[in-house]
Amino acid sequence: MQVMIALVLLILLSIFISFNTGIFKLSPMEVLRTLWGTGEEHHHLVLFEFRLPRIVIALLIGTGLAVSGLILQGITRNELADPGIIGIHAGAGLFVASWMMFLKSELSQPPFLISILAFMGGLFAAFLIYLFAWRKSGVSPMRLILVGIGFNLLFDAALLALQVKMDPNQFLYLEIWLAGSIWASNWNFVLILMPWILLLLPIAFYRSRRLNILLLGDSAARGLGIAVQRERLILLLLSVGLAASCVAVGGGIAFVGLVAPHLARRLVGERHEYIMPTASLMGSLLLVVSDLVARQVLAPNEIPTGLVVAVMGAPYFLYLLARTKG
Amino acid sequence: MEGAQCVDEREMETRIRFRSWMRVALWLIGLMALGISLMLSISVGAAEIDLTMVWEALVNFDSNKAQHQIVMYLRAPRALVGALVGMGLAVAGAMMQGLTRNPLASPSIMGVNAGSSLALAIVFAFAPGMSYNQLILISFLGAAVGVGMVMWISSLSREGITPVRLSLAGMTISTLLSSLATGISIYFQTGQDLTYWYAGSIAGSTWDQVRVLVPWISVGLVGSLLFARSLTVLSLGDETSKGLGQRTKWIKLCGSILVFILAGSAVSAAGPVGFVGLIIPHMARFLVGLDYRWIMPYAALLGGLFFVLADIGVRILNPPYETPIGVVTAFFGVPFFLYLARRK
Repeated sequence: MQVMIALVLLILLSIFISFNTGIFKLSPMEVLRTLWGTGEEHHHLVLFEFRLPRIVIALLIGTGLAVSGLILQGITRNELADPGIIGIHAGAGLFVASWMMFLKSELSQPPFLISILAFMGGLFAAFLIYLFAWRKSGVSPMRLILVGIGFNLLFDAALLALQVKMDPNQFLYLEIWLAGSIWASNWNFVLILMPWILLLLPIAFYRSRRLNILLLGDSAARGLGIAVQRERLILLLLSVGLAASCVAVGGGIAFVGLVAPHLARRLVGERHEYIMPTASLMGSLLLVVSDLVARQVLAPNEIPTGLVVAVMGAPYFLYLLARTKG
Repeated sequence: MEGAQCVDEREMETRIRFRSWMRVALWLIGLMALGISLMLSISVGAAEIDLTMVWEALVNFDSNKAQHQIVMYLRAPRALVGALVGMGLAVAGAMMQGLTRNPLASPSIMGVNAGSSLALAIVFAFAPGMSYNQLILISFLGAAVGVGMVMWISSLSREGITPVRLSLAGMTISTLLSSLATGISIYFQTGQDLTYWYAGSIAGSTWDQVRVLVPWISVGLVGSLLFARSLTVLSLGDETSKGLGQRTKWIKLCGSILVFILAGSAVSAAGPVGFVGLIIPHMARFLVGLDYRWIMPYAALLGGLFFVLADIGVRILNPPYETPIGVVTAFFGVPFFLYLARRK
């Protein structure tokens, strides 16, 4: 509980700092006044039209990916699993890259379209994986993983084949997209992402206890009266839905999905009804802070947020890894 | 009753012995296939050279004939480097999966690929124009730094190196290093050069490289074979392994060093080819089960064979251009792998 409260406070703090910083500097008092509704007109514009949507998107992506990764690690019983390693990100990237290559569209193409393509790519990848992992007896965690890494390699290879033929501009655009950045930060994109998260997250929370049972192994879970295959499919769908919608808006931000669940596990123990909220807060915090750093360090240039996530998240996780058991 | 049990045991023993002979025979057949594919690889290319000519050039080299020169100076080293790299990556992958007890593990999780990418990204950005051999050396040093970091971090805890900690630390450090590499290449816009370097892989191999690779890979392969037994025991779990009198810390340390020797040299020669290190060990496991004394030789053979064949594909798929080897391995290997994974 203390962990979660601490995380919430840290998130609020980083949101507040995020409000203050940017190319256009605002003092804390100005921010407070604007939030209160008594600020100046252009402060209002900066805060509510530019900074707030971006922060909201960072919060949502962090939560979505963290929960998605946690679920995947649970149903595959593999601590290295995350949406990226089984091919969701590569599938999304492949759709985006093919669009850029074959339809010869300029880089000024509507970002909205890229977002839809990425979403479809992610779902397509997941569909293929489930289809190939499915046999009469259902889907075993091991087969899910093996088929997942197979498709990940396949999509990656296809991406590489396209990348070597791209012109430098397209290549750079794709490289940044794959690294992951919150490139489309306005309220429209919040509206794309929000419904998915609002719909899927509560279901995931509601089902988090099932993960405890699934982790005991298929036969034990069956003995406890769980319909293992059905449960696994539902959880997988939740995870994929969350991951695909996050990839649609954030590109290839991947590390959160791996690391946030582990951070949470090492802070609050083994029960998923505690891990899941902690992981989702942890993911949000990680992403808001990373996005802040990504905007600031080389301002006015931006670093892809996905890269910052790894650079910020890795040291803390390695520290926890050395400190805690297991 | 006792008599019947006795017969059963004897029958079991003959069956096991028979199976072992079958496996040895199959392995030898595979070895012949590797030899043939090496010859094929030498014969295929922009200038068609038939197999008799290849044989003649190898056995009875005449430096006045252009075809002999192509065989000797261009094709033969390339084919050999391919075989060595494939063997190295596959066995390193099997070792990694044994050490971490995780089917998702591969040499890249040990920090090999990411360390080498970061070193190359730095060199491409700050000191461009290095020679081929210098780049290979840099890449190897980068791999060494990557592996060193993974080993150091995962051994920091009081419990020592556990499989989970090794795989998590490895994955995290790999992500960290490769993020830095991507960051540098985006900032200096050298990403595409790097991609070409990776995709170009073993096209420019020379005898120098063969000479460098042979000792590393041989040491790695022999070491892994000697180690296979301990690895099988280790895969039963740390506790069991300790109970059976194994020094698990020692095994993990040596295993990681072997991974570095094999994968480090392979990756610096051929770039990060993900498929071989991750998938070939699984294929070997599908064929011969869970005993690493069988997995290792089979992984080496399949890895070498697969890489040489893929390198032929590189040249004939889209002539006169070369298709990136990672693309060929994935497009031809993954369907086969999926078939195996579904069957099991």
